[in-house]
Amino acid sequence: MSGRLILQAMIYALAAAGLISFSGGPAYTHLDPGLALVKLSFSHAGERKEDCRTLTPDEIAALPPNMRRPESCGRERVPLRVELDMDGKALLRADLPPSGLAGDGVGTVYHRFPVTTGRHEFAARLRDSRRGDGFDYERSAVLMLAPQQNLAIDFQPDAGGFLFLDGNAVAEKP
Amino acid sequence: MVLASGIYLYIFFDTGIEQAWASVQRLTEGQWYAGGIMRSLHRYASDALVIIVVLHLLRELVHDRLHGARTFTWITGVLLIGFLYASGITGYWIVWDRLAQYVAIASTEWLDTLPLFAEPIARNFLHPGTLSGRFFTLFCFIHIAVPLFMLFFMWIHIQRLAQPRVNPPRELTLGCMAMLLGAAWLSPATSEAPADLSTVPAVVNLDWFYMLFYPLLDRISGSAAWGVLLAGALLLLAVPWLAPRLRVQPAAARVDLPNCNGCGRCVQDCPFSALTLGPRTDGLPYTDQAVVDPDLCVGCGICVGSCPTATPFRRHSSLVAGIELPDFPLTRLRDAVDNAFAARVPGERVLVFRCAHAAAINSQGPDVAEITLPCMGHLPPPFIDYTLSRGRADGVILAGCAQGACYERLGQQWTQQRMSRTRDPKLRERVPADRVIACWAGRDTVGVSAAIAAIRNRLPQSTVTGEKQPCPAG
Repeated sequence: MSGRLILQAMIYALAAAGLISFSGGPAYTHLDPGLALVKLSFSHAGERKEDCRTLTPDEIAALPPNMRRPESCGRERVPLRVELDMDGKALLRADLPPSGLAGDGVGTVYHRFPVTTGRHEFAARLRDSRRGDGFDYERSAVLMLAPQQNLAIDFQPDAGGFLFLDGNAVAEKP
Repeated sequence: MVLASGIYLYIFFDTGIEQAWASVQRLTEGQWYAGGIMRSLHRYASDALVIIVVLHLLRELVHDRLHGARTFTWITGVLLIGFLYASGITGYWIVWDRLAQYVAIASTEWLDTLPLFAEPIARNFLHPGTLSGRFFTLFCFIHIAVPLFMLFFMWIHIQRLAQPRVNPPRELTLGCMAMLLGAAWLSPATSEAPADLSTVPAVVNLDWFYMLFYPLLDRISGSAAWGVLLAGALLLLAVPWLAPRLRVQPAAARVDLPNCNGCGRCVQDCPFSALTLGPRTDGLPYTDQAVVDPDLCVGCGICVGSCPTATPFRRHSSLVAGIELPDFPLTRLRDAVDNAFAARVPGERVLVFRCAHAAAINSQGPDVAEITLPCMGHLPPPFIDYTLSRGRADGVILAGCAQGACYERLGQQWTQQRMSRTRDPKLRERVPADRVIACWAGRDTVGVSAAIAAIRNRLPQSTVTGEKQPCPAG
């Protein structure tokens, strides 16, 4: 009987040791502590693929009264073109298709780039119109990145375009 | 324990982004004697649940408790693992420390690889300004809602089990509680530094019970990780069809209406809810009759053992009980009892009724015979009376599964109650108690041999001397 109790106590002790040992460790290195992380992420709707067309009075009259409107607009939007460079080298070149079955939603991007620390020059560009080349938004920044720093690059057209957030910016080119 | 400690923690927990970490910290340090212990219990009990689930899964697999009527329980059990992990992982989010930051971002980035969301959920953690209080409160809601769904699904999980035993034995409960309290006292659960979205938690102390697979997300693509998860889940779900049956399941029980009076004992005793009482269909003057659902019946025969008509003493009618196993008719059982020692003189003849899942009796001499039953609960108590009162044997051993591990769930429990005359059909008073030993030794042949030796020592004609040896397994 006492042998059984001792065995039970040993099993309980082993279980407790296992719980303590693995519930909070061993530590896992998710990112090299000497690196910083750059995250580029935004959601943005591109321009409509076609111009809206003004309806004629006859066309408006033919519509049900509750659906009468002056213009008819196609739903589909153009894909976004986004580019991100660091120190003159490409980190990302991507075309972002509009979401939704009808292609009328926002284009989204979420990318993370582990980078070395120190001074870096970043350049972000976005085309959201029907133009064939060039970009509608561009911003560059020279930033000093510390180890384990998270540099977020967001895009908010109301705030002027690209935003470099939580970086210790030392200089910025227009 | 997880539920009780969680409720306590929630009373003091603040669901705001700025306040969550501080409120957990106040619980951990400000009231270490209560909140700190509760937090540690909450964590360690949740971790222990993962271990128990794995052991439970392996046990059912090893004991071949996943085929036939048990497939439903296996499948719902596998699905429950998903709820368990969702509950555990979201629990780490709401502390909102560096570990929470890592887990929340890694989880949402992984979820974003599914084509379900118009915008990436992980964008909420892009920088400190993008995380809204409303989104954070959603975390807390998820950590309460998912466990509630899990409880509901656990109810479904045991729907096909009659009289499920939800609470563990008292000794195990007390032992586990003491163990968890000891762990909480020796190594209290603590938080890492508060989450800070302007930095990256490069090194984190993972709870490996719940986050074992997170490092995989850093090594393979999110889609590949979903593929691994899906393949693993499908493999687990398919185990009932992939794993070989360790035994052929007997045919489903069959009701013999002329002998069934609709007493309902078989319905009460069936471990898998395969029996119900339905309206009488044969015109006999009884209200109900037993009805077997063949899809749910595992052929254990416990219903036969419970039937009051299953008595071998009949003289004027053939031996057919109200419910019978087609593969193990009672007439064959009575013949086996009658012929077990046909050529042996009385004295030391020991008849072993052996459950098919217990150890076989080998090389015990000509005065030991065994009759194998699908489950010990299949044996109607009148057969023990018949064996001894008609001189078919001098002692009886009931060799069943190990204590508390009945393959058919309730056969052992019902047999013990029938033998102790607390459950119908009861063993008759005239059966001498010292001539019957119930030995719950499972595959342990030593235990059964000891029981045979013990009962021989009790026999009056015994020539064997020595101290009595009860079955070590009870």
